[in-house]
Amino acid sequence: MKYLKILYNGLVKENPTFVLLLGMCPTLGTTSSAINGMSMGLATMAVLIASNFIISLIKNLVPDMVRIPSYVVVIASLVTVLQMFMQAFTPEIYKTLGLFIPLIVVNCIILGRAEAFAAKHGPGESIFDGIGIGLGFTIALTMLGAIRELLGTGRIFGAELYSDTYGMLVFVLAPGAFIALGYLIAIVKQTLKI
Amino acid sequence: MKKLQSTLPNMLIVLTVIAVVAAAALAYVNSVTAKPIKENEKKTLAEGIDAVLGVQGAHVESTDTIKDEKGRVASILYQTDKGIAVQAVDHKGFGGDLVVLVGFADDGSIKGYTILETHETPGLGSKADKWFQADGKGNVIGRQAGELTVSKDGGDVDAITASTITSRAFLRAVNAAHATYSEHE
Repeated sequence: MKYLKILYNGLVKENPTFVLLLGMCPTLGTTSSAINGMSMGLATMAVLIASNFIISLIKNLVPDMVRIPSYVVVIASLVTVLQMFMQAFTPEIYKTLGLFIPLIVVNCIILGRAEAFAAKHGPGESIFDGIGIGLGFTIALTMLGAIRELLGTGRIFGAELYSDTYGMLVFVLAPGAFIALGYLIAIVKQTLKI
Repeated sequence: MKKLQSTLPNMLIVLTVIAVVAAAALAYVNSVTAKPIKENEKKTLAEGIDAVLGVQGAHVESTDTIKDEKGRVASILYQTDKGIAVQAVDHKGFGGDLVVLVGFADDGSIKGYTILETHETPGLGSKADKWFQADGKGNVIGRQAGELTVSKDGGDVDAITASTITSRAFLRAVNAAHATYSEHE
């Protein structure tokens, strides 16, 4: 029950994109298509779960005054590991996301959850917080990516719904990301009453 | 367990240990992934060469790397048993470097091309991978490169709609590839 509550918290109540408005750089930058958004969300989730777990384990060994540099080293190492694995085993995804992977290090969701949650809770709860927040982020990015892809090019996950001649190009570009995200936040907040 | 106090020795030891452990973990992962990463790059290049020459299993016999005045790799010529392919870069694409691989027929005309690296705008400049192919609107296949320019600049190649900068960068790269090819001849 406790774990379910943590999951729900990350998915809805403290959804990083719709409620906390954290990590806006990858949210706006990578969501030009649904598959890109989803991959970015999953990559961030993997790092978040691992970093939450490790930080909750070492939290008592790290003196308060050096906790930020220690956490940053842990997170940066995890991101580099992820980058090397993606480059080696999923080169296709790496090609599209390559530029944004190193930026996961400075994604404030990850350091934010390390500070706000993992540094105060046990390993089990921290893992579930990582899953919840990570899923919330992934779902938000996939939704935003799908909307931009559909409006911009007439496809969803690469499957053509209508010809891209009629696509509104602005949604593939940066300004469209802001417009789509703004409406998406408004709609989600209205429907979920959060 | 009680939290460690923020004394100088404590902080020094903790930071050092964390840095060493992280470095060791990274070194290990790097040793595991270095080989597959290299193979991937090799495979991408081999598939590219096959595609631009329109053949199967071309074997690279020798390569010739040409650098620009700043010491960056400008173009690489791959001499294979089934023809010549040249990789060339243009640094002034809309999003940075645009790297193309061009295959040349025996008479020096373009046999095929593929884009190895691109940072162009998705949905606009990124169309360059199809636009200049034989069935695209700005077909350059079978043309003699060297002086190719977009129609806006007085040439006869149709630029990608709303992506003139990408189109110019692409043609500059193709022309550079041709220059390397003709120097080699």
